[in-house]
Amino acid sequence: MKINMPDNKGHFGIFGGRYVAETLMPALIELEEAYRRAARDRSFQKEFRSYLKDYAGRETPLYFAANLTEKFGGARIYLKREDLNHTGAHKINNTLGQALLARRMGKKRVIAETGAGQHGVATATVAALFGMECEVFMGAEDIRRQEPNVFRMKMLGADVTPVTSGTATLKDAMNEAMRQWVARVRDTFYVIGTTAGPHPYPQMVRDFQSVIGREARRQILKKEGRLPDFLVACVGGGSNAMGLFYPFRNDPETAMVGVEAGGKGIATGLHAASISAGQVGVLHGNKTYLLQDKHGQVKDAHSISAGLDYPGVGPEHSFFHAQGRAQYVSVTDDEALAAFMLLTTSEGIMPAMESAHAIAYAAKLAPTLSRDKIIVICLSGRGDKDMGIVAEKMEVKLP
Amino acid sequence: MSRIEKKFRELKAKGEKALILYLTAGDPDLETTEKLILTLDRAGVDILEIGVPFSDPTADGPVIQEAAQRSLRKGTTLTAILKMIARVRKVTSIPIVLFTYYNPIFVYGNERFAGQAKKAGVDGVLVVDLPPEEADELRTFTDPQGIDFITLTAPTTDDRRLEKIVRTSSGFIYYISVTGVTGTKEPEAEAAARDLRRIRKATDLPVAVGFGISTAAQVRKFAALADGVVIGSAFVKWISLHCQEQDFLKQAAAYARELKEATVL
Ligand SMILES: Cc1ncc(COP(=O)(O)O)c(C=O)c1O
Repeated sequence: MKINMPDNKGHFGIFGGRYVAETLMPALIELEEAYRRAARDRSFQKEFRSYLKDYAGRETPLYFAANLTEKFGGARIYLKREDLNHTGAHKINNTLGQALLARRMGKKRVIAETGAGQHGVATATVAALFGMECEVFMGAEDIRRQEPNVFRMKMLGADVTPVTSGTATLKDAMNEAMRQWVARVRDTFYVIGTTAGPHPYPQMVRDFQSVIGREARRQILKKEGRLPDFLVACVGGGSNAMGLFYPFRNDPETAMVGVEAGGKGIATGLHAASISAGQVGVLHGNKTYLLQDKHGQVKDAHSISAGLDYPGVGPEHSFFHAQGRAQYVSVTDDEALAAFMLLTTSEGIMPAMESAHAIAYAAKLAPTLSRDKIIVICLSGRGDKDMGIVAEKMEVKLP
Repeated sequence: MSRIEKKFRELKAKGEKALILYLTAGDPDLETTEKLILTLDRAGVDILEIGVPFSDPTADGPVIQEAAQRSLRKGTTLTAILKMIARVRKVTSIPIVLFTYYNPIFVYGNERFAGQAKKAGVDGVLVVDLPPEEADELRTFTDPQGIDFITLTAPTTDDRRLEKIVRTSSGFIYYISVTGVTGTKEPEAEAAARDLRRIRKATDLPVAVGFGISTAAQVRKFAALADGVVIGSAFVKWISLHCQEQDFLKQAAAYARELKEATVL
């Protein structure tokens, strides 16, 4: 069965949709129409591709990790090097697309939510590029955890607004960005950083990120003459994973694994594994798997990685899960940290703590497979931003 | 005829507008909410909107966000709110609208909710984040129970969309008078008057105005333009300031009476 989603109201099966207050509905409809026109417009696509190439630095390599393959002693490991993008993660693919769309729609002001600060930096970057005003909402707790990225955003000319409501993390930053959007919906474009939010965001972000999978598919066919057996990617809201998965969705020989943040372990309740351990609910404008209590109150997520610290997940992942098209697993903080060290020492590549989750799962999967199998891992970002967290865990004091 | 419809008709016959008060259930606690409902009914409030607290109230400003947090810390649940409403329903016929985000209902179960809400004596629901495009999944169950489905229109709603919204509404239309979240901006009377004329053209249903109205003077101004006026954040804030005081209920009655007078034209 070919999967072509969403339907014209943004539903992926029972998931997705547009669960927002009336004030935002007209803006979402306007955005949907503008996006539909842009998606069909050759000149928009050409412009987008040219920024991806000359500004973000695409295409990114598909690197055969010989040392890691040797260490795992099983399947052949390829890394899709999204860490080599400008600003150090896959997030720029999406912010370039949305900023170009904002410019077309005549919006001169963009807002964004951010957890780790990667999406905030990527948004502030394109705002500087296109001369737009930029305000980034960030949980007060995350501002403390991700200090260097806060400074980067400010250097880029963005206002960083601390969010103290709720738990002062990513979900609250998103709440606040939505409130701000309601208040200034006429002149403001909301750049959502992942495949979540109300329709058309999950679809639009997926489309902008699909460049990851399109390239990887072409690259692996060239290198190996066949499609991979497994795709592995970390899942916060799910944009790097969906970007990699989507172009392979109709390739039945390729299995997909989304790796959620297991935090201190699923059993402790301190994790961010919405599909592995959550229930269906409605948050931030879409129906999807959520971490919530039995009364429908959303719970806090916990992860060593601020970029995965989100109690929901993109609705298309929920759909892939329900369809059995992709499998969702989790790894713990400690496993991710060990994988971070492993990749750093074996390949000289320091992954983002988010991406380390994908490596950690591959470390379990690869040894169970024979040497003729192929795993492609999305290395969604580089690890410089995580030096503080790693040092803290290793009990090293940074100067 | 629903209790809400009946109330608007009675008021019209008397030449009055509806005073609608919003409060967050369970803030400071459900026992107080229960007493408050009965007090407000006796003080002449026409319709009550009972807010179900939610962890992520994206359409609310700081005042109602904080009330929801306080209420959740007390362990307030939809189940307990429905039980409380069932109790007050035995002694009052004031129309009650449940004002809520969708997730607490969805997780409770749409069908179960419709049955239990009806049984408790809920007259209408206003689900902030359930626009007409997504509303069928709940209305399949609430419509057959005769629970009014109150819909929102905003300054950003154009005529074509308005047409669609009013066609599916029952009870009354809730006009959000500001482009923003609850309790953060003051509505502009002129813009509101223009929008209200558009809404009137599209429907015969009563129209209530809310989001940002806080004083008796504002109530008087907007009562002249609409069929009802909603006070939300201002009342929630007032409750938080006075709920510890000895004669709190007496003060609440006086507060409500002053606002009610402003709706008698
Ligand atoms: C490097 C990196 N990978 C992954 C993520 C998680 O987001 P998503 O699941 O949308 O790819 C983030 C989010 O900040 C990130 O910075």
